[in-house]
Amino acid sequence: MDKDILICGVGGQGTVLASGIIAAAAMAEGNVVHSAETIGMAQRGGPVTSHVRIGDKAFSPLIPLNKADLIIGFEPSEVVRNIGYLSAQGIAVVNTTAVKPVTASLSGSGYDGSEMTAYLKKRGNCIFADATAECESLGSVRFLNILLLGIAAGSGRLGIKKETMMSVIEKRVPEKFREANINAFIKGYDIGSATGQG
Amino acid sequence: MKEYVMGNGAIALGALKAGVNVVCGYPGTPSSEIIETIAKYPHEGLHLEWSVNEKAALEVAAAAAYSGARALVTMKQVGLNVASDPLMSLAYVGVEGGMVVVSADDPGPISSQTEQDSRRFAEFARIPVFDPASAEEAFEMIQDAFTYSEKYKTPVIFRPTTRVDHGYAAIEAADTYTPKSFEGFKKDPGRFVIFPRLSYKNHGMIEERNVRIGEDLSSYRFNTAEGGPSAKAVLAGGISYMYAKEFLQDHPGVTLIRIATAYPFPESFMLDKLKGVEELLCLEELSPYLEEQVLKLAGRYGITLKVYGKISGHVPAMGENSADSVKNILKDFLGIESLESSGGVSDAPALPARPPVLCAGCPHRASFYAVKKAMEGEKTYYCGDIGCYTLGNAMPLDMVDTCLCMGAGVTMAQGFSHIDKDGKAFAFIGDSTFFASGMTGVVNAVYNEADITVCILDNSTTAMTGHQPHPGTGRNMMGHVIQKVSIPKILEGIGLTKVITVDPLDLKAAVSAVKECAGLKGVKAIIFKSPCIAIEKSSKKCTIGDDCINCKKCIRETGCPALSLSEGRVVIDASMCTGCALCSQVCPVSAVKGGV
Repeated sequence: MDKDILICGVGGQGTVLASGIIAAAAMAEGNVVHSAETIGMAQRGGPVTSHVRIGDKAFSPLIPLNKADLIIGFEPSEVVRNIGYLSAQGIAVVNTTAVKPVTASLSGSGYDGSEMTAYLKKRGNCIFADATAECESLGSVRFLNILLLGIAAGSGRLGIKKETMMSVIEKRVPEKFREANINAFIKGYDIGSATGQG
Repeated sequence: MKEYVMGNGAIALGALKAGVNVVCGYPGTPSSEIIETIAKYPHEGLHLEWSVNEKAALEVAAAAAYSGARALVTMKQVGLNVASDPLMSLAYVGVEGGMVVVSADDPGPISSQTEQDSRRFAEFARIPVFDPASAEEAFEMIQDAFTYSEKYKTPVIFRPTTRVDHGYAAIEAADTYTPKSFEGFKKDPGRFVIFPRLSYKNHGMIEERNVRIGEDLSSYRFNTAEGGPSAKAVLAGGISYMYAKEFLQDHPGVTLIRIATAYPFPESFMLDKLKGVEELLCLEELSPYLEEQVLKLAGRYGITLKVYGKISGHVPAMGENSADSVKNILKDFLGIESLESSGGVSDAPALPARPPVLCAGCPHRASFYAVKKAMEGEKTYYCGDIGCYTLGNAMPLDMVDTCLCMGAGVTMAQGFSHIDKDGKAFAFIGDSTFFASGMTGVVNAVYNEADITVCILDNSTTAMTGHQPHPGTGRNMMGHVIQKVSIPKILEGIGLTKVITVDPLDLKAAVSAVKECAGLKGVKAIIFKSPCIAIEKSSKKCTIGDDCINCKKCIRETGCPALSLSEGRVVIDASMCTGCALCSQVCPVSAVKGGV
């Protein structure tokens, strides 16, 4: 399988664990995988991206523009920031809940993500879900990353089996949160399946 | 068994496989995970430490290497500036066991003060440098680096860049590692005591030896040429080689030359590959090192060719290269028409800016705020330093007037105090930075009669680089619990006018401590002590009551990211709030409840 997956969000949202799970699951299915993370100062509330490259034709750790098959977006403006990476046939999974930066609160700009979602809707090739609200209904926004992985897997665009993903998640998350994470994944998977993208 | 690790993990596993005996370093993005990976494989015969700074690390390692052991030292590129004093001399003395100095460069720069190029440092010190292009290569190349170091009895530099350090790949990890067995230090003052006469003799030896190393490296396995032959060729190093390789797999027939050992330059190899080349494009980051080497060769050997790169203006002088920037430069060079779209988002709505900020509940925010409140209306100098608290520069705190390098805050505050007797000079320095290079500055300030207030932001960790322990935390990288080195006792020993320890989250007490210290002559210190919220989180969140008058003072004054406006009302994001209660102490009507 050759697939380029870009994960984007805001520092602190759990993108690094999400990319680690995709990489481990893709490897468990026999693929060569490379990935790259944003680490350092940007992790303090700045924009973060993870690039996951599956297949043996990828030499650069970063996905070139117009090449991503899938974007998993934790925040709507971050999807817009990275939309240039999406290929013409690619799909973006978009969490519609905005993370408001301090600069927006200070300036009173009123940024709430709706403008971003409207832009992406017009552009097309996106699956929208209020993943943050879905997580809150499960008890904690802590599982946002896993729920979004569920949506990506359920849409059929991730190219990795549901069972493989679940087995990796079980191994990667702390035992006391295992059940909650699996529930989040399944909830996301059902949302993804319902989009009929697969 | 294969482990999926980042490039820094690959460097660590390679060093372990090479039988490394002693590993030292100081944290710094993008190098920190090398030592953290090695810490996951403790075994008999391995000494591992976070040293107080890079100079200390290099000197500890040098003694091990004198004894025939294999030593690894890790740091970021600006750390090599700190370690340059021992390195420059060590280059003259040489080593017995293999010694590799990892200096991680940061094109961009992404998390650094400079865009310096450690290949230059290698040439400056006259020692070999290895430049891996991927995590897989880094694993192999670090082992080669130990071999060459031992073969030529010289320390070598290993220079990954951020994208190699933080790029993940599957790497072979062993269950157990066996450190190298070595004979131990053999006293030989003629060899290990550096004197002018020794340096003169060894300088000549080193220059002669480096010609031989360059010849040896001409057949090195990672100095490669593929594709072609072609009149238009590409020369690349580091990650730029991977960008070029990925593009050229769809455009075969172009020679791609890759130099992994920039110094000593593999001349014979390069001369051979330049045969028939009329135009050469050099792709590299930071400085035009390879480009200059080819220009020198062309002059010395009378080769006629055109060389393009940073010097000629075909490759940007600054910033990192990317798959896309390299693709566009290659298209221009090879005359390939561009048909695809640029991937631009010109029609997109304006994106919110997200400068990095102090975390919600970070005690540094409260410390800065206390000083700001206490000094309202006064003429002040706020000298910052390197760490999370550099982010105190952001609005609305705006509490960092200067930031230069590790430890400079203390000494620069001293400088301001001498040239302006009316201003109040403050230094802000974290606990780890204080141990690294702040202590000597405090001694200097006391000795030279400065009037400054040193604010030590003690969050009991090295937060920015990923929460490494330091001498004040009571544990080390060997997994031992040790006596904490006490910052108040150090300051007491130096003989400060006043030392106050205060909890920054108690705003009233913190403001009063600042006022007291600022009013005194001499060198004073306030230790703002409160743990990093990434380590100790309170479950008691703050909430906003109905009595909120929506004045937004909490947002305006603290800039805490957990505070925002929702439908015109101030709200607290419970998933971010740590209950620090700074906002409740700022609130004029006590509308914020809970926390602490």
